Amino acid sequence: MKNPTHTVTEAELHASIDGQLSPARQQEVEAYLTAHPDEARRMQSYQAQKQALRDLYNPVLNEKPSARLQYAAKAPRPWHLQRIAAGLVIAISSAGSAWVARGMADENMLQTAFIQPSTRNDGPHKLADFAQRAAVAHVVYSPDTRRPVEVGANQAQQLETWLSNRLGAPIKPPSLQSVGYSLIGGRLLPGERGPVAQLMYHNASGQRLTLYVTQEITPQTHTTSVFQFGQDGPVNVFYWVDKNMGYAISSGSPQADLLRVAKFVHQQKIMM
Amino acid sequence: MRLDEHELLNMLPRLRRYARALVRHKEEADDLVQDTLERAWLKSSLWRGVADMRGWLFSIMHNLHADGIRRPRIHTIELDDNTPEIPIAARQGEQLAMRDLQAALNQLPDEQREVLLLVALEEMAYADIAETLNIPIGTVMSRLSRGRERLRIVLETQAKPVRLKIVK
Repeated sequence: MKNPTHTVTEAELHASIDGQLSPARQQEVEAYLTAHPDEARRMQSYQAQKQALRDLYNPVLNEKPSARLQYAAKAPRPWHLQRIAAGLVIAISSAGSAWVARGMADENMLQTAFIQPSTRNDGPHKLADFAQRAAVAHVVYSPDTRRPVEVGANQAQQLETWLSNRLGAPIKPPSLQSVGYSLIGGRLLPGERGPVAQLMYHNASGQRLTLYVTQEITPQTHTTSVFQFGQDGPVNVFYWVDKNMGYAISSGSPQADLLRVAKFVHQQKIMM
Repeated sequence: MRLDEHELLNMLPRLRRYARALVRHKEEADDLVQDTLERAWLKSSLWRGVADMRGWLFSIMHNLHADGIRRPRIHTIELDDNTPEIPIAARQGEQLAMRDLQAALNQLPDEQREVLLLVALEEMAYADIAETLNIPIGTVMSRLSRGRERLRIVLETQAKPVRLKIVK
């Protein structure tokens, strides 16, 4: 056997650590290392380094990838790309009129639509903002038969605790049984700057109603305000401000019926 | 053969591991992985001709990382210096050494770190690394050699002052 000393390259030394040599060549390189303790020590150090890197980063393999990564790994579908637009589609098809689409295209127009000329106008602009969001949220979620709410009324305590924690203010979904509506449940929604709550109710004939509760109101409207009423297409909205909270009740039911409920809700202590 | 989302999901932990070692922050690493996956789907029409899916994905990640052109994102969690970056599955005494290794690794140039990590974590064949990084195999070997030596020196020199502190 010829002396391998002169033929072992740096690349082969690395390949011997990484198991990328043929068995025969591996033996020759190991023989070389036995004869060269300095090189052997260097290779041992590299090997330890390699193992340390694996020890350091292998735990990442056991982490659950975040939802956004799992989502990104899945094949994109056309409707994935249009998730926000999807809300619009539902809104338009269920409302049977173009008002939501128009509102998206021109917020000012929608705000105008919501505000009756006769109502007071100290800060109606912001009120209309949250009322508009409430109306859109109603149109998006109330037709949902499979998952209209995130937490159902059967988990009332959980719903209350969860919404209170997320809103940062103690909230208690009011009971509307005496006006003919029972609680379906609630969900958390993004408002303009933070979370808002949507509570959903239905009556015996299946008519749904949503109560939207938000802290996102402007300072000039933080005092108690009178009821305001907005209407376009089939959705009626009553909204008001009470103790720094904005409330909006939306439904497809007739104005008189909704007013009856709104007056009742107005008397309830929703924020503890 | 088409790009398969189950295969992609299976590759996800490995892409994350590599990205975590490649860039400093967890969120930044996940951004890189997300960009890689999105780019992979975007280029999936080219997928038919690629035999080695892992190499293809790592090469997409390499290009994104090298270009440094990535979509800015809003992060909900701000990391600070006290936030542990890596889930360290080590005993108390070993933790320091792990931190040292991470810091030492960060001192290597990207090009050396990439080769080192593909060898250590992915156990990729040198020829596959050459293809993934689109460099000649000789370059792979010289980067591996220089990277390992540099890491060794950095670890040895940084180990000493740290030990002195502990003893004191």
